[in-house]
Amino acid sequence: MDIDVHKVAMLSRIRLTNDEAAELGPQLESILDYVDQLQQVDTEGVVETAHPHDAAMPLRVDVVTNGNRRDALQSSAPNTQSGLYVVPKVIE
Amino acid sequence: MSWETVIGLEVHVQINSKTKAFCGCSTTFGADPNTQTCPVCLGMPGQLPVLNTEAARKSALTGLAINGQINLESKFDRKNYFYPDLPKGYQITQFPVPIVEFGHLDIPVPDGIKRIGITRIHMEEDAGKSMHEGLDGVSHIDLNRSGVPLMEIVSEPDMRCADEAVAYLKQLHQLVRFLNVSGADMEKGQFRCDANVSVRRFGEPLGTRAELKNLNSFRFIKQAIEYEVARQIELIEDGGEVVQETRLYDSVKGESRSMRSKEEAHDYRYFPEPDLPPLRISQQELDAIRAGMPELPGALRARFETEFGLSSYDADVLTQTRELAVWYESLVAAHPADPKRCANWMANELLGRLKESGLNISSSPVSALRLAGLLDRIADNTISGKIAKDVLDAMMASGDHADAIIESKGLKQVSDSGAIDDMIVKVMADNPQQLEQFRAGKDKLMGFFVGQVMKASKGQANPAMVNQRLNKLLKG
Amino acid sequence: MPFSTLSELKTRLDAGDISAVELARQYLERAEKHNPALNAFVHLDAKYVLAQAEASDAYRAAHGARTLEGLPIAIKDIFCTQDGPTQCCSNILKGFHAPYDAHVITRLKEAGAVLFGKTNMDEFAMGSSNETSAFGPCRNPWNSDCIPGGSSGGSAAAVAAALVPAALGTDTGGSIRQPAALTGITGMKPTYGRVSRRGIIAFASSLDQAGPMTRSVRDAAMIGEAIAGHDAGDSTSVADAPEMNWLAACDRVDMQGLKIGKPKEYFIDGMDAGVREAVDAALAACEKLGAEIVDISLPNTQYAVAAYYVIAPSEASANLSRYDGVRFGHRCENPDDLLDMYTRSRDEGFGSEVKRRILTGNFALSSGYYDAYYKKAQQVRTLIRQDFLNAFEKVDVIATPTSPVPAFKIGEKTDDPLTMYLADIFTIALNLAGLPGLSQPCGAVHGLPVGLQWIAPAWREDMLLGAAAAYESATDWSTKVPQGFGGET
Ligand SMILES: [Mg+2]
Ligand SMILES: [Zn+2]
Repeated sequence: MDIDVHKVAMLSRIRLTNDEAAELGPQLESILDYVDQLQQVDTEGVVETAHPHDAAMPLRVDVVTNGNRRDALQSSAPNTQSGLYVVPKVIE
Repeated sequence: MSWETVIGLEVHVQINSKTKAFCGCSTTFGADPNTQTCPVCLGMPGQLPVLNTEAARKSALTGLAINGQINLESKFDRKNYFYPDLPKGYQITQFPVPIVEFGHLDIPVPDGIKRIGITRIHMEEDAGKSMHEGLDGVSHIDLNRSGVPLMEIVSEPDMRCADEAVAYLKQLHQLVRFLNVSGADMEKGQFRCDANVSVRRFGEPLGTRAELKNLNSFRFIKQAIEYEVARQIELIEDGGEVVQETRLYDSVKGESRSMRSKEEAHDYRYFPEPDLPPLRISQQELDAIRAGMPELPGALRARFETEFGLSSYDADVLTQTRELAVWYESLVAAHPADPKRCANWMANELLGRLKESGLNISSSPVSALRLAGLLDRIADNTISGKIAKDVLDAMMASGDHADAIIESKGLKQVSDSGAIDDMIVKVMADNPQQLEQFRAGKDKLMGFFVGQVMKASKGQANPAMVNQRLNKLLKG
Repeated sequence: MPFSTLSELKTRLDAGDISAVELARQYLERAEKHNPALNAFVHLDAKYVLAQAEASDAYRAAHGARTLEGLPIAIKDIFCTQDGPTQCCSNILKGFHAPYDAHVITRLKEAGAVLFGKTNMDEFAMGSSNETSAFGPCRNPWNSDCIPGGSSGGSAAAVAAALVPAALGTDTGGSIRQPAALTGITGMKPTYGRVSRRGIIAFASSLDQAGPMTRSVRDAAMIGEAIAGHDAGDSTSVADAPEMNWLAACDRVDMQGLKIGKPKEYFIDGMDAGVREAVDAALAACEKLGAEIVDISLPNTQYAVAAYYVIAPSEASANLSRYDGVRFGHRCENPDDLLDMYTRSRDEGFGSEVKRRILTGNFALSSGYYDAYYKKAQQVRTLIRQDFLNAFEKVDVIATPTSPVPAFKIGEKTDDPLTMYLADIFTIALNLAGLPGLSQPCGAVHGLPVGLQWIAPAWREDMLLGAAAAYESATDWSTKVPQGFGGET
């Protein structure tokens, strides 16, 4: 298994130094080599399990239950201004 | 060399529920930034989504209205990407098993109607809003819109020109408003369109498509598609190749530019949303949704034509929205004698005046009952149609009954033959030359005399009676 | 006193022999004395604990006692609490204060419990040794060179050393049961959907479940009863779960008529001989109590770890995307641009095991690999579930070792993530199947505890509790205490 660690790191939005990449690459490869034993299992026609139980989704009635808690909710924000979250410029 | 255009549309329609898709925050437009947020729609640690019933019901209703197949079990998935206005770093959406599949919409085209396939309707949550303008090196994020429920309605690539695309969008726009599943206000971003556009030489397989993002008016959609078609044809004819990319249309410059970022192609890593079990709708629930379905625009239009004898033009105008149709039907109920008069007065007189004042039918100062009252006075010859227009102006301004205005302004029609005869005699005396010519056989002057008498009566003389008395008196 | 069970303490509180404040003081003193050696607590606010104890005494005086009135319970740092920090032992949440309580925290408060500090854990619950914590490793009270297991290592160590009588943990692949086994206490993972996940920081959403870590089976039932129940705020919390009498289930003293499945795949080459002996002896004791031991096979168990290390990291990779430095949590200094803010904040905030799992998950989900990894793992998950369903046609409960080895040395496995992952080889399958499991002490190897794991059908925690209570009453492994913590008699 050959993994482009830098590409996966970019998808994950995690900066990796070359040293970290050099260490992580083989580790990921050994994990995925281990995981590859799944290919031995015959799963022809087997349905996938996404949830452990066969349950249906409960629904919520359409009633407003939340008021304005902006100050409390922004108390742990790294950077806000006039109630807005501030981030480095988003380039479109 | 002749080219064929192929267009498919993805429309994001904001569902008009009171609360967001997965939390109890209000969806009211225009609130102060981030005042309609909670730990769930801010993606805070440990917070979990619970689906809004209205999002599911309204999506299913829309699916029924486009003759789609409603999946009694549908599933939610996570679409992963990083963006500051996407709090969780993933959007909850529906990928392999959406709530609706295989529908269609019939649209008017120059030579009849054309059926446009609708691949699917899936539910998803909206992102927040990023603001950049006037800010130095930073962007501001407002998450009030984060988590607002959307339906994404995806068409088949069945449209062959910009006009068809616009016709489809108008039809869809009308439908979702009729169903009361969305306000569909394009200025508020409640009805947003992305267009997939490609060109090919006739008979060839599909060309590479470009995706045009965020087209927010019917006019820009047409312009953007036409610009894109021309761009692609020119590119290919110059020996170039269309690349699959996302393009942003600039309505000010009238051109589009590529939005493709260099760093990576999107890889959304969709997988089943583990926080939400499958959504199941029972056949009974679906039947109940179907039973609550309003009469759809097409059926309503046809009924207005047959039941009330309206022209197809009037029928179309009066079924543009459900409010208009309902208003018209209450007008007819109050003035049943003449549905066509009702249609004329509503479509031509009332709607024109409302538009001039920046109002719409729901904010009309003249109710259907009051307009019917005015039409009754035309029917019983109390006033002429011409006077009635003045009365309507006064009703718009004051909100009064027609009768009160007619009374206070003394606009009652003169139907007294003695009074009309007096006016005719005076007009004949004042215009001896015309009288002579008329009597010499110039019949066309009849109109002149009618005009003079009406003028003398300040428009209040009963026109039928004026005609009848003139016929008698002019001949001498 | 310090090594008393919750039920014993409850009896003394109810009899008026001791007040909640006195009880809180005693445990605070113990924590102050012993925590520096163990590093079991990462946050403990004596004032806050005493204030709750005072309020509890006042409540008792005014209204009588609720089910957990005045009983101190420690909380893994993964549960959001309005009071004090919630940091998931990660630098990315350093200093984070949640503006809400987890549903189970509300439940504990309503039952009158005294919340007793936040316990150490592997960062974001990713680990089996508590070594990935941003607050440093936690130590095993039985041997301070050893790990306490993980990820709920702090909760396990605190209860094992009686710095607190009971604690809450979470279990995604064994994170309650494995540390319980390695520290000689009882830990229960309820059926998936039995306990609300709302307000518990997500690791792998389709596997995570909270549960008690205690000194006895009955104590586990007391807490289980308090925290279980439907929560409309968690769509995977099951509304129509069968009702169950948690405490009555613990009254069982024999095993007459009980069919215990012994899966051959859980007694493998390479497992510690002492562990195998201890579990065999435990099963012999069960036979003496009247149980029938039935050899069974769970053939797909061998693929459980592989399936888990696709599914859990995939879910985790998305669950951890919200730590982006925008609305809360760590943001790097002076980011050059948006991408720099994301990548540097997350690089600085996450430890290496968390990064490894995020990367593994994103790789498994990425375009071109989804079918081979994620889809395949979900299909194998179906087969693993089916194995258990087939087994429960023949037996009432299944018994296995909890961990193939006793506690290992700190640092022993940190260089090789894969060996570390195999520490959960016996606990992972039932998370994939959503089943309840319980680990209780059943022996010792070189002075280190060995755990016996019970597995029951979904919603049959009563089967787990009954079998474990009967075993507990017939043996004395639950009463053993580590040296050096004042419990020696
Ligand atoms: Mg979409
Ligand atoms: Zn919200």
